[in-house]
Amino acid sequence: MAETAHGVGGLKYDHSKRARPPEINVLIALVLIVLVFEALGALLMDQSFLFDTRDRFDSIFNKARLKIIILQVAIIGIIALGVTQVIITGGIDLSSGSIVGATAMIAMSFAQVAEVNGSPNPKAIFGPWAMDLPVTVPILVGLACGVIAGGINGVLIAYTKIPPFIATLGMMVSARGVAKWWSKGNPISFPTDEYAAIGAGMTPVFIFIFLAILFHFILKYTVYGKHTYAIGSNEAAARMSGINVARHLVLVYTIAGVLAALAAVVLSAKNLTAQSGMGIMYELDAIAMAVIGGVSLSGGRGSIIGTCLGALIFGVIISGFTFLRLDAFYQEMVKGAIIVGAVVLDQWRQQRNANKS
Amino acid sequence: MSEIVLKTEGLTKHYGGVHALQDADFELKMGEHVAIMGDNGAGKSTFVRQITGVERRTRGKILFYGKEVNFDGPLDAREAGIEAVFQNLALADDLDVPDNLFLGREIIKFNLGPFSILDYKAMRKATQEALVRTAVKIPNIRNPIRNMSGGQRQCVAIARTATFHSKLTIMDEPTAALGVQETAQVENIVRTLKEAGEPLILISHNMRQVMDLCDRIVVFRRGRIVANLKKEETDGQDVVAYITGAKTQPEYEGAA
Repeated sequence: MAETAHGVGGLKYDHSKRARPPEINVLIALVLIVLVFEALGALLMDQSFLFDTRDRFDSIFNKARLKIIILQVAIIGIIALGVTQVIITGGIDLSSGSIVGATAMIAMSFAQVAEVNGSPNPKAIFGPWAMDLPVTVPILVGLACGVIAGGINGVLIAYTKIPPFIATLGMMVSARGVAKWWSKGNPISFPTDEYAAIGAGMTPVFIFIFLAILFHFILKYTVYGKHTYAIGSNEAAARMSGINVARHLVLVYTIAGVLAALAAVVLSAKNLTAQSGMGIMYELDAIAMAVIGGVSLSGGRGSIIGTCLGALIFGVIISGFTFLRLDAFYQEMVKGAIIVGAVVLDQWRQQRNANKS
Repeated sequence: MSEIVLKTEGLTKHYGGVHALQDADFELKMGEHVAIMGDNGAGKSTFVRQITGVERRTRGKILFYGKEVNFDGPLDAREAGIEAVFQNLALADDLDVPDNLFLGREIIKFNLGPFSILDYKAMRKATQEALVRTAVKIPNIRNPIRNMSGGQRQCVAIARTATFHSKLTIMDEPTAALGVQETAQVENIVRTLKEAGEPLILISHNMRQVMDLCDRIVVFRRGRIVANLKKEETDGQDVVAYITGAKTQPEYEGAA
């Protein structure tokens, strides 16, 4: 018996009956998926998926593959951190992919070098005044793009009361238009070394991990986090309790926009170029990471830890398919199925909860 | 005991052509627990909605602690010190008990504007104290509200009003959906409020409960107040007679 007289008023409280955190289930799913790929690898490929089976004893894991998995999801993971917060308030953000495109173009044009191999930069957008600027300029310009785009989303949703789906759908189309208009569709290339360093090597992963820890803390231990959950849980109750719901929503969508902009800076720095088509479908991948990680589309539930695990599941599946040498077409088909599956699971969870009480 | 907490003069609310509330003159003294009774559609809830700022009155005056008030919304009323526990509870299902108790007025450890850091420990402690004070029994306060019974949720909602020493508590049928034990628990909280001298307006259809908990009974009928009865001078049958329209107090004659 695990009963203790822990409760207020001496009521018995059974610790063993406490609901386990949903993140545990996501972690179990992650391990199971890895095991499936291990089994398929042993059967079909005659090699291990994650473990180093060659005769070197310097490492247990296949470091190269682990690196690729994390690097693949780091940039979309940054977007997913913001999308997680939006979904917890009961909203949705479809615009993050387009914000990535627009921000990458605009930020990159402030990060260009004046000369490439002795001749003037062939992809120059502005005159000489915008060449060889300190790296803080493109970063700040990029973040400002995020503030503007996210802020517009937030103001539309909070003050005109249109559904988040519509508001961010509009931003998705418009921001993509901005991305194409900015350089008339031409790619923007040749960034300064300092700018390129943002996306070099494992730096994107470190940025992602830093931001994940930061927002985990913010959601869990600050008033901002508490109000985010409260609004998603019961907006009327939040309003009755004195929370300025409109102002809070503007803040949440602005933060989501800034995180998408940061992802754009990292992505353009990593690719050493910006194109108007950058970030297409990223919003859906980011939403999928959050939903796979247990963030409920009806709001109020989810966590940064869950989203990070969701991102890892995402990365494992993509590199698992590459490992099994399956075509990219199959990846997309299965990705779609996984997103739908995660939402179905979420629905089941909610119905089970409703039946219990 | 003479100070008047709430006074309404000629409070009237029309919904289009429907006179939902007509010239209600009502008074509540310090430390007094008053019950509002009446049939469905008699104007009880309409009356409460005017006081708590949920709706704007058609005409009439509301005086709160002697001062005339015009609430723009429920938030205004709450800031003035009127706490209402409604039937459809205003709780965030995914948060636990301390989070709900302190929602919108969190205890802060370190002020960073919207990113101020929460003092969970202090909030948990204050929650424990509030629950002990109101004798609310909840097995685990860190359980999300979602997992609790209707009675426990109601108790949390009521404990919230008790925690912040509101100047006036209004309960709209707090036990309508509750079982026997849960009803008893809510009634116990009401008694603690009485001992603490906190004024209360209770809307209820339950005659035993009203007779048990309140000092005075105000009866509404067809949008008008038809009786103002001291508990000692009346009984259940008498009140029913007023509710159904068999009787009307002389001073309210001509009203209905």
